[in-house]
Amino acid sequence: MKSCKDVEIICTKIQYNEATLLDKIKIRIHVLFCKTCQKFSKKNTELTSLCSKANIKTLPNEDKEKMKDELKSRT
Amino acid sequence: MNRQTGMAKQALNPDIWVDSYSDYLFNYAVSRVSDSEIAKDLVQETFFAGLKSAKNFKGEAAERTWLISILKRKVIDHYRKINSKKAKSMVRITQNPNSEADSNFLEEQVADPMSLLENSQIENEELGTAIQDCIAKLPKKHALAFTLKTINGLSTEEVCKELNINPSNLWVILHRARTVLMDCLNNNWFKI
Repeated sequence: MKSCKDVEIICTKIQYNEATLLDKIKIRIHVLFCKTCQKFSKKNTELTSLCSKANIKTLPNEDKEKMKDELKSRT
Repeated sequence: MNRQTGMAKQALNPDIWVDSYSDYLFNYAVSRVSDSEIAKDLVQETFFAGLKSAKNFKGEAAERTWLISILKRKVIDHYRKINSKKAKSMVRITQNPNSEADSNFLEEQVADPMSLLENSQIENEELGTAIQDCIAKLPKKHALAFTLKTINGLSTEEVCKELNINPSNLWVILHRARTVLMDCLNNNWFKI
């Protein structure tokens, strides 16, 4: 049996589709018995959908570096 | 502490502007001008204007709020500019071809009160702001890891290379970041 912390980390991997099949099976079994992890897993999944719903746009890194240089040259 | 306002006066710190606020400002701008190149320019102009008028910063608002207020004016200026270019062109009103000839024109222009489209757009923008507020509270490395992986969708390998850490470190960081975000995001956003 895995510890809850291990389970939570695998649960995070699942959010990015990067958990192995064996991990997924282990989690399924653990979650059956552990209410805390069940809740965590549900909330974690919801966080993923909230993040994609919010559709946040960010600046590419090279643009940021350019901005930093420009700002520096003016201070 | 300033006794009159009960708040500590804030100081400007332009060195951290790009790292701390550029994504937030960019997201604000891009949702209003719908063009990432223009949005980028507006953010850049905002930083320059901020530098220029730094002496007018009274320290009553937080740095980010102050920068957003500058950006708001930049967005308005942008629309003024493109509108004055268009001023010479005609305003064209097209009649809905599906409508009956004798139906009331004005009635057709009224927004559909049952439409949830606008609401969900406003809601998503609020959600985006809430998420970004929470990301700003994370330790810098955690915030960067979470943003790169979740918002920008980089692969584990790319994020590890960028942050110079190994995958198991990354997963621990992501797990911590997500736990903080789940706590930080107002429970209203969660259905459970």
